[in-house]
Amino acid sequence: MVQLTLPKNSRITTGKTWPKPEGASNVRKFQIYRWNPDDGQNPRVDTYFLDMDTCGPMVLDALIKIKNEIDPTLTFRRSCREGICGSCAMNIDGINTLACIYGMDEIKGDVKIYPLPHMPVVKDLIPDLTHFYAQHASIMPWLETKTNRPAKEWKQSIEDRKKLDGLYECVMCASCSTSCPSYWWNGDRYLGPAALLHAYRWIIDSRDEATGERLDELEDPFKLYRCHTIMNCAKTCPKGLNPAKAIAEIKKMMVDRAV
Amino acid sequence: MHYLTDRKRAQGTGAGRQGTHHHWQMMASSTGLVILVPLFVITFANGLGGTYEEVLAYYGRPFPAIITALTLVFVTIHLMRETQVAVEDYVHGTAEKLTLMAVAAFAYTVIAVGLFALVKLAL
Repeated sequence: MVQLTLPKNSRITTGKTWPKPEGASNVRKFQIYRWNPDDGQNPRVDTYFLDMDTCGPMVLDALIKIKNEIDPTLTFRRSCREGICGSCAMNIDGINTLACIYGMDEIKGDVKIYPLPHMPVVKDLIPDLTHFYAQHASIMPWLETKTNRPAKEWKQSIEDRKKLDGLYECVMCASCSTSCPSYWWNGDRYLGPAALLHAYRWIIDSRDEATGERLDELEDPFKLYRCHTIMNCAKTCPKGLNPAKAIAEIKKMMVDRAV
Repeated sequence: MHYLTDRKRAQGTGAGRQGTHHHWQMMASSTGLVILVPLFVITFANGLGGTYEEVLAYYGRPFPAIITALTLVFVTIHLMRETQVAVEDYVHGTAEKLTLMAVAAFAYTVIAVGLFALVKLAL
């Protein structure tokens, strides 16, 4: 049965409040989820204050400033700092997004930062994405061909290439999948919006020759049909993509070949 | 505790090779209900307020009786399939299978009872 309450050791407590910066006039409050697997304590929410006159505009700038100047134990993933790598996906102000491209001017009031929802937490703002990546691998995210020719370049028309727009841009940040209630309840079996968007990207590729096998592998009440068109994925995607539409296209292809 | 690779855990026992039929049936019954529900509301409203004999005579006519029967069958089967999805979402294991059987039994009983009542009214 679905579990509607958190176990006792997962309930969030009030954490440490760090001092305000001295002499600062433009101060902003940050409430950040903290959890350390090594100290045996419950998760907590720590409160930090930053002088916004000396801080960059993005949420990631604030996190880096906190880590560098206030609390070096704060742990989070980050890499490219420009929305390409997908590392810094987290729940900011109730929205799954990338901290590096989410401006603090978009947030009213305190800045509340949590890890991506409904995933096991490794530490602080770092979710365990092992299963998410394994699901992505299971949809065979590569070009699958059966014929040997042409031996060199496999050409694609401009029209066929355009079909990949809105799909290839996905950076696998997991914001969509972790915003999906169906993925929350059945993430072990439902592939989730990110993996399905990638599945469609390879199904629709004019050069791929495994369309039937790919559809066969997706035809399952859980892998594909747990999508109930809730559309949280499209709403939250920091790259502005629409995984729900890709899933609907897969369903249409399923019906076309069966009915 | 199982020592499984991440990939094996993600793939599970593979695809069930079903789901499209259920999806298509939901689409088809939804389309049918778009037509049937307004017709049912109109025919049902026409029969309201009459005496017992008038209502018996009304449902003795083929159009209201057939519309009512079709609506009963379509709505119940549509709801049964939708409930099946909700059960699959939230209930797992043996409880899921037992609940699905109970839902199907309840739905077909509702259809049988409803059609019996209609036939009794109509004939």
